Amino acid sequence: MPAPIRLRELIRTIRTARTQAEEREMIQKECAAIRSSFREEDNTYRCRNVAKLLYMHMLGYPAHFGQLECLKLIASQKFTDKRIGYLGAMLLLDERQDVHLLMTNCIKNDLNHSTQYVQGLALCTLGCMGSSEMCRDLAGEVEKLLKTSNSYLRKKAALCAVHVIRKVPELMEMFLPATKNLLNEKNHGVLHTSVVLLTEMCERSPDMLAHFRKVRKLSSSQLVPQLVRILKNLIMSGYSPEHDVSGISDPFLQVRILRLLRILGRNDDDSSEAMNDILAQVATNTETSKNVGNAILYETVLTIMDIKSESGLRVLAINILGRFLLNNDKNIRYVALTSLLKTVQTDHNAVQRHRSTIVDCLKDLDVSIKRRAMELSFALVNGNNVRGMMKELLYFLDSCEPEFKADCASGIFLAAEKYAPSKRWHIDTIMRVLTTAGSYVRDDAVPNLIQLITNSVEMHAYTVQRLYKAILGDYSQQPLVQVASWCIGEYGDLLVSGQCEEEEPIQVTEDEVLDILESILISNMSASVTRGYALTAIMKLSTRFTCTVNRIKKVVSIYGSSIDVELQQRAVEYNALFKKYDHMRPALLERMPVMEKVTTNGPTEIVQTNGETEPAVLETKPPPPGLQPASQANDLLDLLGGSDITTVIPTAPTSKPASAGGELLDLLGDLNLTGSPVSAPAPQIAQPPFLLDGLSSQPLFNDIAAGIPSITAYSKNGLKIDFNFERSNTNPSVTVITIQASNSTELDMTDFVFQAAVPKTFQLQLLSPSSSVIPAFNSGTITQVIKVLNPQKQQLRMRIKLTYNHKGSAMQDLAEVNNFPPQSWQ
Amino acid sequence: IHFILLFSRQGKLRLQKWYTTLPDKEKKKIIREIVQIILSRHQKTSSFVDWKDLKLVYKRYASLYFCCAIEDQDNELLTLEVVHRYVELLDRYFGNVCELDIIFNFEKAYFILDEFIIGGEVQETSKKSAVKAIEDSDMLQETVEEYMNKPAF
Repeated sequence: MPAPIRLRELIRTIRTARTQAEEREMIQKECAAIRSSFREEDNTYRCRNVAKLLYMHMLGYPAHFGQLECLKLIASQKFTDKRIGYLGAMLLLDERQDVHLLMTNCIKNDLNHSTQYVQGLALCTLGCMGSSEMCRDLAGEVEKLLKTSNSYLRKKAALCAVHVIRKVPELMEMFLPATKNLLNEKNHGVLHTSVVLLTEMCERSPDMLAHFRKVRKLSSSQLVPQLVRILKNLIMSGYSPEHDVSGISDPFLQVRILRLLRILGRNDDDSSEAMNDILAQVATNTETSKNVGNAILYETVLTIMDIKSESGLRVLAINILGRFLLNNDKNIRYVALTSLLKTVQTDHNAVQRHRSTIVDCLKDLDVSIKRRAMELSFALVNGNNVRGMMKELLYFLDSCEPEFKADCASGIFLAAEKYAPSKRWHIDTIMRVLTTAGSYVRDDAVPNLIQLITNSVEMHAYTVQRLYKAILGDYSQQPLVQVASWCIGEYGDLLVSGQCEEEEPIQVTEDEVLDILESILISNMSASVTRGYALTAIMKLSTRFTCTVNRIKKVVSIYGSSIDVELQQRAVEYNALFKKYDHMRPALLERMPVMEKVTTNGPTEIVQTNGETEPAVLETKPPPPGLQPASQANDLLDLLGGSDITTVIPTAPTSKPASAGGELLDLLGDLNLTGSPVSAPAPQIAQPPFLLDGLSSQPLFNDIAAGIPSITAYSKNGLKIDFNFERSNTNPSVTVITIQASNSTELDMTDFVFQAAVPKTFQLQLLSPSSSVIPAFNSGTITQVIKVLNPQKQQLRMRIKLTYNHKGSAMQDLAEVNNFPPQSWQ
Repeated sequence: IHFILLFSRQGKLRLQKWYTTLPDKEKKKIIREIVQIILSRHQKTSSFVDWKDLKLVYKRYASLYFCCAIEDQDNELLTLEVVHRYVELLDRYFGNVCELDIIFNFEKAYFILDEFIIGGEVQETSKKSAVKAIEDSDMLQETVEEYMNKPAF
C-alpha cells in the first residue's frame, strides 16, 4: 500500500473541491484509506493519519474511530507522535468516552518524563480535558510538580491544579501547602498562574479565604501585602520589554492581582484598608489612551466598588466610569454601563450625575449598549426627573428593537406608577405606551392598568375618550383593545354624552361606539380574551345607552351560537338576562348612587348572573375595581361567621336588595345578630354583595313588580323612613327590608345611625348603610338593608332608634313600627 | 474562558478549543449559532455580545474572526488583550501570519494556543517565553529519518 498522503497535501486537495458533495467524496475516500491503515496497525504513518483525521474533524466530519489511535500515539516514544496524540486527545476525547481512562497511565508516566516538554504536554492535556477520575488519580503528581523549581512546569502545574479543583473540589486542601511559596517567584508566568490558583481557591471555599486573609507572624508572608508589593513593582518598575504591552508592564498579571484583591477585600475592613493606597495609585497612574490601560482601570473600578473602600476612592471610581462613558470606543462605553448598573444601588447619587450621558446611550446603534442604558435609566428614574426621563424612554420605546419593547413597557409602567406627578400625566403615559407598543405589553399589565384607571375617578371621561380615539384607527394591539373595551363598557355613557373636561369632547353616537365594539368582535385579529372583553362591554352598555338596546340584544343573541365556547356561554347568559330576567337587568346594572366619599370601584358591572357560573369571565374582570367593596364584603361576611367566599366578590358590588342571597341568609341561622351596622370604614356599599348566592343564577325571590307594599315606618322632624319589602322564594321565613331615609329640611342630617330591635322569636341582621348623611331637600337618601328571620311566621314588629346630627345639635329618637303589611311576614 | 473559536468571513471554522465538556452535537450547534450572530453584527457595534449566560468577545483580524466565550465576572477588555496577544504569538512564530498559515498549519496553531492558555486561563504572559517553548518543542520533533528509525514503544 502506498504511503498515505501528507497532511498538507490533503488540505490542499480538499480546498480545491468546488462543491460540498465533491469535498464529501474526497473526505470519504481518505477516511476509508485511513481506516484500513489503522487496521493494519501501521506505526509509521499513524501520526500522519491522525493529523489528517483531526483536520477532517474540524471540517465537521465524524472522527471517532481515531480515538483509540490517539491513545496509541500518546503511548509512543516519539515526540512527534506524542504531540499529535495529545492534541487528538484534547480534540476528540472527553470524559464521556470510556476510552479516555486509558490515558491516565500514559499521562502519569509522561508527568514524570525526563523531557520537560513532554511533561508539559501531559500537564496541558490533563488541565484541559481531564475528567474527575483522572484528576483524582493524578492530583498527587500535579501537586509534586507544583513544588518544582522549574518555572516552565510550575506554571502549567498551577493551572492544572485549578482544573483539578474545578472538577474535584474536595482535593483543594491538598494543594494548600504548595501555595505558600508560589508568590515568591520572579517568573511572571508562575506568578500569574499562582494568582489564578489562589483566586480559584478563595472563590470556592470561605475557609480558604479566611485562611489567606488572616494575619501571620511574618508580615512578609501575608497575602494582601504581598500582592500589593508585586503590583507596586509592576507599576513602578521601568520598561520591561518581555512583558510590556503598549507601555504597561504585564497587564494580565495586574488585572489578575486586582481581581484577587477584590475577593480578599470584600467585606473585610483590614484587607480593604491595606489595599486602598495601591488602588488609588493604579487608578490615577494608568495610561488610558489604549485598551490595555482601560482594561486595568476597569478591573480597578470593579475592585474599588466591591471592597470596603473609603468614599474618596469610590468617587474616584465613579468618575473613571463617567470618563469611560464619554469615550469614543464602544467597548469602553459598554463596560462603563455594565459597571454603573452594578453600582447604581449603592452609589445612586454619584451615578445620577451621569444621567444625561446614559440617556444619550439609548440612541446608540449597539444592541447591548442600548439594553444596558435602558436598565440603567430605569434605575435612575426618581420623582424629580420622571417627566424628562419618561419622555426619553417613550421615544426609545418607539424606536427600539422588538426584543426590548416588553421590558421597556413594563419598566415604564412601574416607574410611572411610582413617580407619576399627576393622574392625567399617568394616564397619558399609559396611553402612549399602549399605542406605541401595545402588542408587546405583558398580559398582567392589563388588569393593573384597569385598576389604575378606575382609581382616577375624575379622569374617567378623559380616559375613555382617549381610549376610544386610540382604537378607532387600529384595533390590532390586544392589550390596548382589552383596556379600551373594558373602559367603554364602564364609562360608555360618559363618552356619548361628551362630558370631557380635560380635552375637547368628541361627538360620538351610541351606534358608533357599538360599531367599534362589534368590529372588534368580528375581527380576525382579536384574541379570544379580547372578544370576551368586547362582548361584556356591549352588554354593560345596554343599561348605559338609551336608544340602542335592541341592537345590543341582537348582537348578544347572535353570539349565543358562537363556535368559541367562552363567547357562547357569555352570550347565552346575557341573553337570558334579556329574556327571562329583564326586570332584573335595570336593577342589576343600575349605577351605584354617587358616594360622598370616593370609592375605588367604578360604576356597576353586570356580572351578577355571571358570578361563579362563568369563572372564565372573571379572569378578565380585574379584581381591583371591587377591592374596597371586597374588603367590606369580607368584613360583613366575616361577621356572619364567614363562609367560603371565593374571591369573586369584586365583580358585583351593586345589586339592589332584589337579589337577596339565599345562602347568605342561611347563615343567619347560625348567628344571632342584631343592632348596629358593622362599623366598616367610611366608604360603604349601599347593598352588600350578594355574590355568594351566585352559584346559581336563579333569582331567589319574587318579581319585584309583584312586590309587597312599602310602608312609611317613621316620619318626624323632616326625617322620613320608608320600608320596602322582599321575600325569598326558597326561604319563606326571611324578609328583606330596605329602608330609605330622606330629609325634607333645609339642612343636612349627618352621622345618621339607624338601629333596630325585634322580639325574641325573630332574628335580625342589619347590613351597612349607604352613607351616614342624609342630604337636605330630599335630594338624596340613605339606604340600608335589614334581614329578618321569622321562622314562626309571627307578626312582624320592630323598635327603631335613630340618632343623627341636625342643625348643629345631636338628635335621638325611639319609635315602634307596627304597620308591617301582612305579606311581609305571613 | 469557556471556548475559543476562529472562523473565516464565510463562516468556515479554522480552529476550535473547548475548555468545557459538551456533546459533539451541542458543540456543532453552538458554533453555527455563534458564527451567525457574529457575522451579522454591524461593524460599528461593540465587540461584546451577551449570549446565554456567557459573554462573547470577538475581534476581526483581516479575514479571520477570533471569538472567546467568557464568564460573567471575567474582564472583557482584558479578553480583547488576550486575543490580541494570541495573534501576536502567531505572528511572531509564523512571521507575518495570514489565514492560510493557520489553515495549513492548524496543528501548530493549536500548539501555540496550548502554550499560551491552559484550562481557559493564561499561563504565560511573556511573548518571548511562549514562542521559545514552541520553537524548542519543534526542535524535539524528529526529522523524517530519525522518525523512521526510532522504535515506537
